This record gives sequence, C-alpha cells and structure tokens, in this order.
Amino acid sequence: MAKDKIIKSTREPLFHVVKRDDLAWWQAWGIRVVTILFSFVIVGLLCVLVADKSFGDSFDIMFTGVFGRLFEGNTTMLWKYLQEIAILLSLSLALTPAFKMKFWNCGAEGQALMGGLATIICMLEFGDKLSYGTLVTVIVITSIVAGAIWGLIPAIFKALFNTNETLFTLMMNYIATQIIAYYVYIKGGGSNVINPVEYGNFPTIGGNDYFVNIVTVAVITVVMYIYLKFSKQGYEISVVGESQNTARYIGINVKKVIIRTMLISGALCGVTGMLLVAGKDHSINVNSVGGQGFTAILMSWLGQFNPFIMVVMTAIVVFLRLGVAKVADTALLNSSYSEIMVGIVILMLVGCEFFIHYAIKFKHKKEVA
Amino acid sequence: MIIQFICRAILLGVPLLYGSTGEIITEKSGHLNLGIPGIMYTGAISGVVGSFLYENSCGNDIANMNPLLAIIIPFFCAIIGSVLMGLIYSFLTVTLHANQNVTGLAITTLGIGLGNFLGASLINITDSELPSIALTKTSSFFSAKLPFADDLGWFGELFLSHDFLTYLAIIIAFITAIVLNRTRVGLNLRAVGENPATADAAGINVTRYKYLATCIGSAVAGLGGLQYVMAYASGVWSNNAFGDRGWMAIALVIFALWKPSMAIVGSFVFGALCNANNYIQGLGTETQELFKMLPYIVTIIVLIITSMRKKREHQPPQGLGLPYFREER
Repeated sequence: MAKDKIIKSTREPLFHVVKRDDLAWWQAWGIRVVTILFSFVIVGLLCVLVADKSFGDSFDIMFTGVFGRLFEGNTTMLWKYLQEIAILLSLSLALTPAFKMKFWNCGAEGQALMGGLATIICMLEFGDKLSYGTLVTVIVITSIVAGAIWGLIPAIFKALFNTNETLFTLMMNYIATQIIAYYVYIKGGGSNVINPVEYGNFPTIGGNDYFVNIVTVAVITVVMYIYLKFSKQGYEISVVGESQNTARYIGINVKKVIIRTMLISGALCGVTGMLLVAGKDHSINVNSVGGQGFTAILMSWLGQFNPFIMVVMTAIVVFLRLGVAKVADTALLNSSYSEIMVGIVILMLVGCEFFIHYAIKFKHKKEVA
Repeated sequence: MIIQFICRAILLGVPLLYGSTGEIITEKSGHLNLGIPGIMYTGAISGVVGSFLYENSCGNDIANMNPLLAIIIPFFCAIIGSVLMGLIYSFLTVTLHANQNVTGLAITTLGIGLGNFLGASLINITDSELPSIALTKTSSFFSAKLPFADDLGWFGELFLSHDFLTYLAIIIAFITAIVLNRTRVGLNLRAVGENPATADAAGINVTRYKYLATCIGSAVAGLGGLQYVMAYASGVWSNNAFGDRGWMAIALVIFALWKPSMAIVGSFVFGALCNANNYIQGLGTETQELFKMLPYIVTIIVLIITSMRKKREHQPPQGLGLPYFREER
C-alpha cells in the first residue's frame, strides 16, 4: 500500500509547458503562416462539405468572387476589394494606439457612426449652401470632432475614476446607433432610408469611386506606423500600456496620455465614418459600419499593433468574407457562412500564439537504476 | 396596465438574467467572457434546430407531440450548443493562455455567424415566404402557464403567469448565489478568480474550476437564448432579432456588482427600461428611438458610480482577465 502511494505521488505528467521567448522572428512567423495555410485548408474542406463544391472549385469561386475578371483587365472588383480592406484597416488602425495602451476600445462602431452622422448632416444641411471645397473641409473637421468626442467621454472617466472602458465604449455604440435611428427616421420621412445625397461626395479619380478612400487609409497606415514607432507620444503609449506605475515614475502624465490617445483613436474612427458616408454609401443607416468595429479589434490584436501586418491580416479576412460569401451564394446558402469561416480562422490564429510563446516539453524517459 | 408593464419587463429581463448569471459564474473564475452574446445566440439556434427536427418528425399534428420531449429536446440542444462554444473559449483561454477579450470577441463572431447561417438554412428548407421560422407548437409547450393563474387576478398574473424558464432563471440565480457564498465549492471558485496562484498553492485544481465555471456559465447563458426564442418571441426565429441582449447581459454583471441575487432585480429593471418607450403616452416613433437609449445610459451611469465609490466588496474578482500560468510565479 505504502509503496503504491509513493509511486502515485511521484508520477510525473506526460508533458509540461514552459514559457519561451527565444523564438526567432522567422520561426514565429513560420508558425503563423502555417496556421493561416492550415486554416485555409479547413475553410476549403468546410466548403466542400457544406457547399458541395470540389476543393479546387471552392477556391476558384472565392478568387473570382473577390477579384472578378482581373486577368482580363477588369479591375472593378479589385477596387471594391481594396475599398473593403481600407475601411476595416482604417478602423483597426484607429483602435491600435488605444490597445497598445491596454485601453479596450470596443466602441469603434459608435465612433465611426458619429463621424458618419456628422458627415451626412453637413451634406444634407449645407450641401446646397457652401462651395464644394468649403463643404469638404467642414465635413472633415466635424466628422473628426464627432468621433473624437465619442472616444473622449469614456476616456475621461477611465482617467479620472478608472471606469471599465470595455463596457462603457460598448454602451456608447448602442447610444450612437439609436441617435442614427432617430436621425434617419426624421430625415427619411419615416421610411428608415436616407436617399443617397449628391453633395459633398468624394471625387471620382481615374474613373474610380474609391480612390480617395484607399489613398487616405494608405497614408494613415504609414503615419500610424511612424507615430507608434518613432514619436515620443508613441513611446509614452507603450510605457503606459506596459505598466502605469513605471509611466508615473518616469514622469509621464498617465491621465493626459489616456485622454490624448483616445482622442486620436476616436478621431480616426470618425474619419472612417466619413469615408464610409462621403466616399462610399453617400447615405447612412444603423448598419453602415456593420459590426466591423468588432472585427477591427481582432485585426489590431492579430496584427501585433504593427500597421503593416494589419494590412496583411485585413486583406486575408476581407478575402475570406467576400470569397466565402460568393461560395455560399453559388451554393444557395446564406452569406453568414463567411462569418463562421472568419471566426474559425481568427480562433485558430489566436490559438497558434500559444505555440509561439510556450513550448511543450515531453517527459524524458528515466534511466532505470 | 401596470401589471402588464411589469410582466412584460420580466419577460424581457429573463434572457438578460440567464446571460448575466452565466457571466457571473464565469467571471468568478477570473475569466471575462465577451463571447456571451455569441454563446447565447448559439444556445438559441441550437434549441431552434432541435425543436425544428422534432416538430418535423412528428408531422403537422400537434397531438402527435409529446410535451415532455418537445421541451427536453430543445432544452438539451441549447445546453449542448452553448457548452461546446464555452469549451472552445476555455480551451483557448485556459489551456492555451490566449487573450480573453480577443478570444471572446472571436467566439461572438463565430456564434452569431453560426446562428444566422443555420437560421437562414432552416428558412430555406421550409420554403417560407417570411424570413423567419415559426415553431409555435413547441413554443406553446414552453410558455404553458399554471392552470389556476388566471383565476387569481393581479396576483396570479404578476407571480404565476410566466413560462417555466422564467422561474428556472430565478431558481438558477438563487442557487448560484448560495453556491458562491455558502459552500466550499463557491469559496474555492472565488479563490481561483481572486488569485489563482494562491488557490493553486492551497491545492485547488485551478484548471478544472476555470473549465467548469466557463462551461456551466455558458450553459446557463445559452438557456437565455432559448427562453428568448421560445417564450418571448413565441417560437419565431428570425436572423439578428436577438440583437444586443448578450452585451446587455455582460453590462448587467457590473450593474449587479457580481451578485446573482442582484442580477434578478437588475434584469427586471433593464427589462422595464427596454420597454419604457412603449408605455409612455404620446411618443412619436422618432422619440421612441431616442428612448431606446435608456438602458445603455443607465448602464453607463451605474458603471461610473460603482467606479467612483470604490467599495471593496463592489469590485470585480482581482484576477479577472489575467491569464494564469503556473510556472510564472
């Protein structure tokens, strides 16, 4: 009996997990790339199973669904794809400084809606009164201010009383949604639709409606990279994110940094709302942002707070969203199928971080004495 | 009028009560599960799929249906569906130490996608004109009232006229309160949530508690989705109708200060706030839209007040949101 007990208590687990931080960057990215490829295989297999298409056909449909007849010189679909990336990327970039500061801004949706609301109000109220140049300037300023205010409110309470920002920003989304519903009802004359407005739309450049949006977001991407990596403010953000006590000790005004960063985050969300309204829809409704505020949180995190990696991540996710929706469409399935695929891929990417930060050590066989 | 208003508030509040009770159980183990909206959605659609299959297997005659099976099948489907989602969440956050917020949001994306996809597929199968599935027969079993409730006037209407899932929600909330505060299991669970390293040193199996709390919490939350479809919506599923109830359930946890018994009151208050716009006289449709903000504004005010008062017993579990890795002590 006694012997049994001793054996039991000294039994080692089959393996144990240790932390590692010695992984070279190319190994870490190797793991991520393999995960992405693997998740694409799973997406393909699920399309085979559910949509009853062959593996190759599924990806073929996905590709044509996203890029259209690109090889025959038709770039319409490509521009649409880039436009979708631009909006999601813009929201992800807007959230990144806040996340780097460990401020969970779940309110991108509401902040973008408020920016869009400011835009549509300017377009409807001043559209026929101001010259085009003045109108666009007013739109840019008001949408930035509207988004910034929506981000500022939770930031002030976080700075002063450490109020839970995750839920505060979430609730602000729904308040924004109701304000939009109210405004659309008034302006739409009870029809819940505002007809596309002709004033203050961004110009078509080179026969392309989305040129302004795409270029704006490209510029924001580069500026955000420089801001986070090389500016003093970017450094302060990362110190506050790592440890607020350290930040205080080296003389950073934490409250000021929180409020300033959320002003930037909200303002950029407001810009996204403006791009959506003035550059794409020329109208607004409660679903204008369509839940992308939440996807953007995941994009920002998966992009490791690096704007250029975020470009790749958003490109993959938008490809899946549009491509799988096309597969579902040809198989007469609901397009929500693509949401499931995006969810699966993101969960796998989240899970694969484990293998980057931890190593599994198997039990070595003991030599028999 | 007032009685009707209160009954309506209770009906609206029950999904929130399930959701927040589930989230409280999960949060007590130190896990902030932002996947609750997706999990409730999955619970709802799993129940719908279960009862859809059972209704179809019985043909068109309601007499063919066994009341007990009609309730048990959706009930367990809802639990199984939501526990599976809870398992994915806990595997990623507990075993793989993934970021809880990110995992939770991904679960929500997955759950809502799953719900809308399955819902749309069922609508396709039925070839119905409307974008919804009506499971009115199953719903009639779910919303069966006590036979003598109508004879007791306002008392009967207020306390006895609800569907059984409403009473179950209140019972679950009370049991949770008792287990958390009066039993060894509850003490251990709170220890895990406050400081997993200390709990581990005291010989508590931290991983097991975290897994169990998340999965049980998910099951409870999933029932909230089921109650919404079967009792509130009279068995009619349409995509996205569930709305933002999942997020409100998470907000309610803070409103209730992590106390399940407070969540009962809180959920009914929320239900009343959600419904106030229909009962205030003389509101135009546009003003009603503004009044729908009420529950969110109240949540924000509660958030601010609790953060300003900083009472020790009103704080979230200390280990909330932090991953626990044994070898990092």
